[in-house]
Amino acid sequence: MRERNARPRLAVWKFASCDGCQLSLLDCEQELLALGEVIEVAYFPEALTRAVRGHYDLSLVEGSISTPRDAERLHAVRRRSARLVTLGACAASGGIQALRNFADAREFMAAVYAHPAYLHTLATSTAIADHVPVDFELRGCPVNKRQLLEVIAAFLAGRRPAIPAHSVCIECKSRGLPCVLVAHGRACLGPVTQAGCGAICPACHRGCYGCYGPQETPNTASLTRALTALGLERRQLLRLYRSFNANAEAFRSESERHAE
Amino acid sequence: MPSRTIRVDQLTRLEGEGAVKLVVRDGRVHSAELRIFEPPRFFEALLRGRSYSEAPDITARICGICPVAYQMSAVHAMENALGIEVSGPLRDLRRLLYCGEWIESHALHITMLHAPDFLGYDSGIDMARDHADAVRRGLTLKQAGNEIIALLGGREIHPVTVCVGGFYRVPRKRELTALVGRLQWARAAALETVHWAAGFEFPACDRDYTFVALRHPAEYPFNEGRIVSSDGLDICAAEFEAHIDETQVKRSTALHAQLRAAGPYLTGPMARYSLNFERLSPIAQEAALSAGLGRRCTNPFRSIVVRAVEVLHACDEALRIIARYEEPDEPACAIEPRAGMGIAATEAPRGLLYHRYRLDAGGTILEARIVPPTAQNQAAIEEDLRRFSGEFLTQPPQRLRQRCEQLVRNHDPCISCATHFLRLQLTGP
Repeated sequence: MRERNARPRLAVWKFASCDGCQLSLLDCEQELLALGEVIEVAYFPEALTRAVRGHYDLSLVEGSISTPRDAERLHAVRRRSARLVTLGACAASGGIQALRNFADAREFMAAVYAHPAYLHTLATSTAIADHVPVDFELRGCPVNKRQLLEVIAAFLAGRRPAIPAHSVCIECKSRGLPCVLVAHGRACLGPVTQAGCGAICPACHRGCYGCYGPQETPNTASLTRALTALGLERRQLLRLYRSFNANAEAFRSESERHAE
Repeated sequence: MPSRTIRVDQLTRLEGEGAVKLVVRDGRVHSAELRIFEPPRFFEALLRGRSYSEAPDITARICGICPVAYQMSAVHAMENALGIEVSGPLRDLRRLLYCGEWIESHALHITMLHAPDFLGYDSGIDMARDHADAVRRGLTLKQAGNEIIALLGGREIHPVTVCVGGFYRVPRKRELTALVGRLQWARAAALETVHWAAGFEFPACDRDYTFVALRHPAEYPFNEGRIVSSDGLDICAAEFEAHIDETQVKRSTALHAQLRAAGPYLTGPMARYSLNFERLSPIAQEAALSAGLGRRCTNPFRSIVVRAVEVLHACDEALRIIARYEEPDEPACAIEPRAGMGIAATEAPRGLLYHRYRLDAGGTILEARIVPPTAQNQAAIEEDLRRFSGEFLTQPPQRLRQRCEQLVRNHDPCISCATHFLRLQLTGP
């Protein structure tokens, strides 16, 4: 039996991913030790040898589902987790590895491996929410560590995380950044991409490449018209919509309009 | 012949998912395998059809711990294909960015992943209860590295400013100068870390490794240099594939790299250090010698000290780069796409990272080949396991497990990188 006032148990899980989102937790250099006092880090193989088995109050899940084994493992994680929050673009949409969803997966394997017959993999890479119910999806490739701390703080306080679902454009305006699309004629996915990064690409004079995935009401058709007016060709539009969130619904359906 | 198999099912405090399998015959470790559970991601396949300009951002996603390394190898390989050379302040800024990655990656490994082995804890967070100052120092060092990356790159993980030809945006001199105070603190903290780590107890486990690393005429290697080895190899990056085989070994779960002439080899901090000691900045050389490290390091447990020496060097180098920085006129060189092959190798925190791309006339990638450091080190790690786990066979399973984990962790493997992004089905021993 656990004590009534025991600290909530946190678990961190990894599926197909680069580890960058869970590393964001370790990148909270000044908050990490304080976090360890209010929350019991019970399962976090990247940082912790000991593993507390059983149930977890909060599971953070990184990565996409791309193998039969991972699909099974995810259901076990869900059963043992009171709350399940996904971290990042892989977990929210399938990640960059979801480019295989648009290709011949067998040919993909043969391109890299001498013995593709040994591989145990699915033909697709898909979001966590395609397989189990998810309580909250934190976006980004990688997630923003301030937003990650907000999600954990909200969980501890029993409230909904204050994570805006509006576009990167709002962040540009609030930072007073000139519009890279209108003022400089650069291709930018900011109008259809969810905020959260702090508009770092426009701040560095480049267009947003959509790593936070679609915002809540993305008007991709309108953006495509603006990008076409800038002179982007079909292939460039295809690449733009098909990157780290290629399998997110709004980006996928728009990209399919430009597929060969 | 009596034979048994010992498995350590989930390795911890590593980047990625792996396991160890030992096959024991007649009371001796007959063979050791580092198994990989990482799901396939097929980067080399998905890069085909993308623009040369997308390679830095896409390959960064191979590893969240060393994205800068992937960006650097990618831009150098593309520039090699496109016939441009980046010099002056832009070249310096790339090296500064790499300093940031070495500092954050090494500080994370030293403090949160490796040191708990020597001090007897399950994690850096647990260790903080009794060693709060050391953990805080390590985390603040890591933060200093991350601040360099965030300033130059826009964010710590998957920076957004790196492009073929240079940067989307370069910092103002005053922005860099603002880092100086923090980096001076970091240099002092790194020096303390060298002596702190040198005070740990190290088992006598020396091995005659074949070391492979870059070597530059004047610098401790980050971005450039010839590929050299401890037994006389001296080639340019373009000759890499002629000397190194990467093969799919049936008993293993990932591709193994071997030198055609010398077999398994080790890349990474111990190799860089042992092949480039006299290129370290004077403060790092002095610290290493006074910590008793010697000019070569052949004990994998002591790699924690070597990493600390490299953090010290990177802090010192970062301060030198900032002091001489002058804002360039343009943030990047102009690019004209053309058909061709481009090859480069740079020094990721974990060792040599090789990229090769073939482009068509419009700059579209036709073929990509990536050889990450951990794939190169896998055979050497397995050999460490085979040699240095035997004396623990008679100890309780928990102690043997710990020993195996340490033997792997010594090399800070990055399994996300190493697998070639695949999980292979194992066929029995």
